Amino acid sequence: MATTAPPESFPAHGDAHDHADHDHKPSFFARWFMSTNHKDIGTLYLIFAICAGIIGGAFSGMMRLELAEPGIQYLDTFTKLFGVANPDFNQTLHTWNVLITAHGLIMVFFMVMPAIIGGFGNWFVPLMIGAPDMAFPRMNNVSFWLTVSGFCSLLMSAFLPGGLGIGSGVGWTVYAPLSTYGSQGPSTDFAIFSLHLAGAASIMGAINFITTIFNMRAPGMTMHKMPLFVWSVLVTAFLLLLALPVLAAAITMLITDRNFGTTFFDPAGGGDPVLYQHLFWFFGHPEVYIMILPGFGIISQIVSTFSKKPVFGYLGMAYAMVAIGVVGFIVWAHHMYTTGLTVNTKMYFTAATMVIAVPTGIKIFSWIATMWGGSLEFKSPLVWAIGFIFLFTVGGVTGVVLANGGVDDVLHDTYYVVAHFHYVLSLGAVTALFAGFYYWFPKMSGRMHSEFLSHVHFWIFFVGVNMIFFPQHFLGLQGMPRRYPDYAEAYAHWNEISSIGYAVMAFSLIVWFVNIIYAFTAGKKAEGNYWGEGATTLEWTLSSPPPYHQFETLPVIEDAGHH
Amino acid sequence: MAGTKNHDYHILPPDIWPIVGAFTALAMTSGMALWMHDNPAGKYIMLIGVAGLALTFFSWFSNIVKEAHEGHHTPVVQLHLRYGMILFIASEVMFFVGWFWAFFDFSLFPSDLTEVVGGQFPPKAIEAVLDPFDLPLLNTLILLCSGTTVTWAHHCLIHGDRDGLKKGLWLTVLLGLTFTAIQAYEYAHAPFPFGENTYGSAFYMATGFHGFHVIVGTIFLIVCLKRVYNGDFTPRHHFGFEAAAWYWHFVDVVWLFLFVCIYVWGGWGYPIH
Repeated sequence: MATTAPPESFPAHGDAHDHADHDHKPSFFARWFMSTNHKDIGTLYLIFAICAGIIGGAFSGMMRLELAEPGIQYLDTFTKLFGVANPDFNQTLHTWNVLITAHGLIMVFFMVMPAIIGGFGNWFVPLMIGAPDMAFPRMNNVSFWLTVSGFCSLLMSAFLPGGLGIGSGVGWTVYAPLSTYGSQGPSTDFAIFSLHLAGAASIMGAINFITTIFNMRAPGMTMHKMPLFVWSVLVTAFLLLLALPVLAAAITMLITDRNFGTTFFDPAGGGDPVLYQHLFWFFGHPEVYIMILPGFGIISQIVSTFSKKPVFGYLGMAYAMVAIGVVGFIVWAHHMYTTGLTVNTKMYFTAATMVIAVPTGIKIFSWIATMWGGSLEFKSPLVWAIGFIFLFTVGGVTGVVLANGGVDDVLHDTYYVVAHFHYVLSLGAVTALFAGFYYWFPKMSGRMHSEFLSHVHFWIFFVGVNMIFFPQHFLGLQGMPRRYPDYAEAYAHWNEISSIGYAVMAFSLIVWFVNIIYAFTAGKKAEGNYWGEGATTLEWTLSSPPPYHQFETLPVIEDAGHH
Repeated sequence: MAGTKNHDYHILPPDIWPIVGAFTALAMTSGMALWMHDNPAGKYIMLIGVAGLALTFFSWFSNIVKEAHEGHHTPVVQLHLRYGMILFIASEVMFFVGWFWAFFDFSLFPSDLTEVVGGQFPPKAIEAVLDPFDLPLLNTLILLCSGTTVTWAHHCLIHGDRDGLKKGLWLTVLLGLTFTAIQAYEYAHAPFPFGENTYGSAFYMATGFHGFHVIVGTIFLIVCLKRVYNGDFTPRHHFGFEAAAWYWHFVDVVWLFLFVCIYVWGGWGYPIH
């Protein structure tokens, strides 16, 4: 701890405040709607993320259904779901744009981020550094509820007029001029404001995590003894803090261009739509690391636990994440190779982007080196973690392909890009989420899940997601463009397989829900450290679930320290 | 063990204001979106949201002051607040980076696609710009001077001179209000309109957001002034005051960049109003 006060400077406890009575949980409403407890807020975030994930996943199901065969089959029906009685053809096509927009925004801002940072970050950062709670417990709660507010704003946008039909069809990138004079009506304003709200939530969350990690580590836990999950959340929080305000400025320019006559992105007044892309991707590239870095942290904990040895190259692993975070800020224009950048600019961004493969490689090889010679136990979290390492590597390798400005001229906006970013996100970040879920679920709930069902879940999920996304590499190489509801006959075969893969993946989620129900109804009570000797971080020194307020006497970290 | 805590962190009781603030923020943004699309209810929904947010801020910060008096702000909790404020200002800096980015894009690479701009900056449509060495220079001096007076107030506070503290803070607040008044006058008399081209967009949005931050900073200082009259702040424990002063210096520095880049460099050699 950075500062220790002499006892006499701290006289006020046990005053009129009822919170002196620590183990008495508040009433239901106060506990879940007025929470100032990092574990309860983490739980709220996880439940919210699951709900948002189901909605966002339903949107992708509608898309895969439409894409299962050539022609337009179901979009008309989907359009009616948004409250349009007799949609014309334009409105029907507009619905496609609404689906891709909603799927992208929900999965990025309301599923992955709330789950991995809000959920696991809130639950386990304080536990792992030996802190009783977060630094700003009330601000923690406003972060959560602002995320819910933002989600409400996005849901409302789906039922308001926007452009050619109902709902906002601007894509998750909200590019101008489609998002300015291309989308009249309040829907897009609601979608943009939902990003303002979620962004404010994330900035406050970032401030909270940085302060907590810098200032509330238990006595003896130096920065170089922090668990790697804590390192990953620290780097992520800095990325959020510095990248999100730039997005806020960019989308505020969208609002004023749309409604108040400014011309930031309107060429008629000298503005520049490419400026929007620069501002967006200056945020957007750090954003993709925001989604994956905490996953790196989770995987490090799991690989170490089930190899029963410390992570190989701890410091290299920590500073690799710092390097990824820093370099992540200076590679943004690799998303914009086809906007007419000069050759020299493309050369720079190609080279800078490839540099990121170095620290990422350090992480992949260090995980493998950790398992090398370890006494491996293939419990469900490790199986998911190894799945992550494989799937993320595939996404990383296609990323190196796309990093080349020349190659990207051909592949930009094809299904190759869709396959790439789903390999790193829905197969990378989401696999890390499930790994973390099986690693920590008994710690959070106090009940053991079924190892058997967890393995079944993994294998069905693994087969399903690879079936969805691996063929999309072929589609992209054959030239199938993204963001279209229809395609040439030649693409039918791999699209059909991709859609079947979706059904397989969806079935695995049913196994997951059954597993959760099993755990709560018939699951064994979880011990404090149910993973045994390999699990050495501080959360394993507590009961499962931990007491309502843990570490009322701060733990002291010995010199030998855990990683 | 239960019920006794042997650490200096602040464990808070449940609180209603976070959820109220989050949903009044939603009311504000939704009302604004409806209002911008001429929905008659929009204005009222937005006003309810703004009022709810104002109430949330007031109650929330009142609670923080109350907790400070109850002794919850131990040295480590004060350090939390310092980190929090510095990080908040860092995020604000990045917000202005976005606006400066737009400004430099327009000024360094003026569009030649439209006669409105004609490949020059300020654009052809702009007949004259504000004379930077007239009221903007005065405003620069006012803000720099207010940075001095707030430091004077801080110095007096540390040395137990409550009278000097009040004088310094009063002067800072008055200088801040003067700055805002002069900005309003400049806006009303500027020779170019809001929006319509890149100059009118970048100028008004960048200086406008700065002006909004000046108003927020002034309110922050007014709250400190009221607290001084309430007898708050000791020579060793007065982070509320320091946070206001940090924020004030931040808006000062942003202004210096605006003044040098937009007012002086951005209009260099152009006809002045």
